[in-house]
Amino acid sequence: MKALKHFLMSPAAMLGLVLLVVIIGLALFADVLYPRDPLGLAGRPLQWPNPAGRFLLGTDASGRDIAAQIAHGARTTLLMGIVSTLIAIVIGIVIGALAGFYGGLTDDVLMRLTEAFQTLPNFILLLVLVVVVGSNMTAVTIAIGVVSWPAVARLTRAEFLTLRNREFVQACRTLGLTNRWIIFREVLPNALAPIIVYGSVVMATAILLESALAFLDLSDPNIASWGNLIGQGRKVLRSEWYVSAIPGVAILLTILSVSLVGQGLNDALNPRLRNR
Amino acid sequence: MSSIPTLLILLAGLFILLQFAPGDTVDALMAQMGGGDPAQAAELRRFYGLEGSAAVRLLDYLWRLVRLDLGFSAIYNKPVATVILERLPATLMLMLSALSFAFFAGMLLGIVSAQRVNGWADTLISLLGLLFYATPSFWLGLMSIVVFSIWLAWLPPGGLYEIGSGATGIWLVLDIARHLIQPTITLALIFLAIYLRIMRASMLEVSTLDFVRTARAKGLTRGEIVRRHVLRNALLPMVTLIGLQAGTMLGGSVVIESVFSLPGIGRLAYESVVQRDLNTLLGIVFVSAVMVICVNFIVDLIYARLDPRISAGA
Repeated sequence: MKALKHFLMSPAAMLGLVLLVVIIGLALFADVLYPRDPLGLAGRPLQWPNPAGRFLLGTDASGRDIAAQIAHGARTTLLMGIVSTLIAIVIGIVIGALAGFYGGLTDDVLMRLTEAFQTLPNFILLLVLVVVVGSNMTAVTIAIGVVSWPAVARLTRAEFLTLRNREFVQACRTLGLTNRWIIFREVLPNALAPIIVYGSVVMATAILLESALAFLDLSDPNIASWGNLIGQGRKVLRSEWYVSAIPGVAILLTILSVSLVGQGLNDALNPRLRNR
Repeated sequence: MSSIPTLLILLAGLFILLQFAPGDTVDALMAQMGGGDPAQAAELRRFYGLEGSAAVRLLDYLWRLVRLDLGFSAIYNKPVATVILERLPATLMLMLSALSFAFFAGMLLGIVSAQRVNGWADTLISLLGLLFYATPSFWLGLMSIVVFSIWLAWLPPGGLYEIGSGATGIWLVLDIARHLIQPTITLALIFLAIYLRIMRASMLEVSTLDFVRTARAKGLTRGEIVRRHVLRNALLPMVTLIGLQAGTMLGGSVVIESVFSLPGIGRLAYESVVQRDLNTLLGIVFVSAVMVICVNFIVDLIYARLDPRISAGA
């Protein structure tokens, strides 16, 4: 409760939370606000943003409503960000927990694997995966999760290393509980807080990866996406720069909100670091 | 160095994965030629060593890798190693300049920030760091092109040097530097944000240690304490970060090189994805992993120099 109060008292964390709620709201009500296909022809192409006119944020080079694409893009970004983060966290927790808990050969093998993954630049690895699995939304989401887990695994392993010889774990052993029970029911809940906080960093990176992929036209072309819109706008950058500018601001605000919330959680859960 | 065997295993895994990729180089080539008959496709596959079972090709691939032979690119009609070597200088220059800019600017801002914690300068710098961290680099690149290349016309919008200017020697160097200003800054900002945060935290951490109190008691000025005692110790986590971030930066150069049309290996990676030039793509994965390993090796050396207690051999 004290942690919650501390979170609510921090202006930066609250700003992040409010921003995040607005973006989530936009994603949830995209269909209500803009019921038409966001990728369909809406009007004359390249109309400048006009708060008084039909198109609040203008239209792009193909005559599609930018505001509608932003709202539906929020859905894509959040959904892909959250799911790929979950995938990364699950893989990371399993590998990190096994390595940290068992140690020895298991640890060696799993950490070597983690190191090898970290040696490959994640975006280039992502490109290879996209070549293999294709560019539909599910495939890209899974691919982003698959390249993002190593840092989570390292963090989980470090937590497990400090916890595995604590008294409560030894007590569980003497009670004859199975390793699986000890790992998932006893140690993991104690190690979870920093991992969840780190989830905000993973999510911020995942959103950046997805938008960069969409910008390069390698993500799903049939779904409204902010990165894709930036890429489309590039062709008319010289005169109609707003087409690229607007979705970029949306990405910026989303990542900002995620990291502010993450930082707020971190400060609230780690009282020792509060005044840094 | 210990990661090399694992790396080979991982590369083998990627090679196997790529066998499942829909469409190969020959398909892309045939599409470029405007179609052709199956007999021709089979002929091309034989020519580029694409026939045979996956296992045979995998063994063949690994054996070639050991001899540092990365294969042949059908798209560029040259050995992959040659294609990559041609593109390497641009990427190396971009990485080196972006890394130094991020490191030193992050260091300076971190020091300034740590001098007056929660003062106006600290708040302003932290705010900037937060913004830099949240900005997608490719978007920042485009916006920077709009402002500095289109509106103000101060800097070139892309390329590595002015084509047809015929500049040589010092003028060529200056020309390339001018072309690298925008890509460097846009690629570096996100890393700058991270360095600045780590530097600030590290400075604060070190300045609470006993030897700093001793230095203060000895009557050293603030500047002397920072320069002689705090800085060297506070730099250790920063150096660690270089090794950790090398791969991410290389990945980031893919988009930046595409935005500024720089002829580097990042853009080559993107082109080979589009053209299904799988040999080249795997070659880039290999070369970039080797680059990351090299960076980490150098980081270990710097580490040992900064902190004599750590020996490079350990």
